[in-house]
Amino acid sequence: MQATPSETLSLATYPPEVRQQLFRYVLQLADTSLILGHRLSEWCGHGPILEQDLAMANIALDLLGETRSLYQYAAELEGQGRTEDDLAFLRLATEYQNPLLVEQPNGDFADTVVRQFLFDNFHYHFLQQLQTSPDERLAAIAEKAWKEAAYHLKWSSEWIIRLGDGTEESRQRVEKALSNLWRYSGELTNPTATEQALQSLGLIPNYATLIPAMQAHVAKVFEEATLPLPTETYMQKGGKEGRHTEHLGYILAELQYMQRTYPGMKW
Amino acid sequence: MPTEERIWQLLEEVFDPEVPVLSILDLGIVRGVQVAGEQVTINITPTYSGCPAMNTIATDIRLRLLAEGITQVTINNQLRPAWTTDWMTAAGREKLEAYGIAAPVNGTSTGHVLNLFGQDTAVRCPLCKSEHTHLVSQFGSTACKASYQCDDCLEPFDYFKCH
Repeated sequence: MQATPSETLSLATYPPEVRQQLFRYVLQLADTSLILGHRLSEWCGHGPILEQDLAMANIALDLLGETRSLYQYAAELEGQGRTEDDLAFLRLATEYQNPLLVEQPNGDFADTVVRQFLFDNFHYHFLQQLQTSPDERLAAIAEKAWKEAAYHLKWSSEWIIRLGDGTEESRQRVEKALSNLWRYSGELTNPTATEQALQSLGLIPNYATLIPAMQAHVAKVFEEATLPLPTETYMQKGGKEGRHTEHLGYILAELQYMQRTYPGMKW
Repeated sequence: MPTEERIWQLLEEVFDPEVPVLSILDLGIVRGVQVAGEQVTINITPTYSGCPAMNTIATDIRLRLLAEGITQVTINNQLRPAWTTDWMTAAGREKLEAYGIAAPVNGTSTGHVLNLFGQDTAVRCPLCKSEHTHLVSQFGSTACKASYQCDDCLEPFDYFKCH
């Protein structure tokens, strides 16, 4: 099956193996925004100033909204009767496919800003391309989320600049955060076998085409922040294939304990 | 049997739970109404992906129609085309400002959001009407609003941000 640019595809038109790959992939996208949204929500009530506390809670909410749209679609693709809640609350850590970056701890504000910037820069450019996917559902979710991601990237870019070009202390902290987190940025654009299969079908963007715009944005922001570009080339990976850092288990313990303890419980 | 026109009239009486002066028609989130016999189908579009008001709005629509004896109602969440503040009606903008929230500046819903540290177009203070205002934060009390402050009367206010 090869999609032509003008063709619109949807759930009913996919052969079973494509449907299975797409299920896996949509789950990966949903896991990613769920885990990052959860991390940001941990700041709620603890932000350095009120406006930034609100900003992080707002970004978390946008990500959770995107998460819901994606889990709903994943549940339909799977077609086994599982709901969005089952997918979020009743899967094991090894079944989660979020990249390692988004599960990294909040650390201090600089750590959170750097993690957010590295993710937003990918998310924004990725969603921009995903809007042209022949898969009508993914394209619609992307169209909505892209507008929100633009606000996120503006926020995190401006904070990289403020911290980098701020005081001696803020600069040291942002440099330390970069040295801890840069190694997780490569996984975002490093396709798994599932992603490669969907890319070759033309259903999702080829990540290699996103990299020039992502690099240009990093260069522009870092220049204004007076920060040197990181030179580290070794990149961690594994999260998208279910191999996680120790941090994910703690997140899921908090996210899932209620449904695990009282199955089917509702508010 | 309900008519399409009647359904639109009833939707005029369903309000945004977070900005209760605005009807959902003022907000521009109703994308379509179809009536087939007793079956009513309504497409609504979220302002933001994570807008927590969407479930309440869907429930409020059902309750308003139920009060007229209309029971067969399907409400679809339509993501595309993505909602834009340009769909807010002129009446809606006036009500918003009277309520103390600056209305989105029309026609600025796309582009230049990545203009770092760049200002939006002049936002008018809903209290003293001065355009001498500044952005405090792109993220405000709800997902759809930014925080501003007036430099003349010093009033802090919400701005229904362009989208």
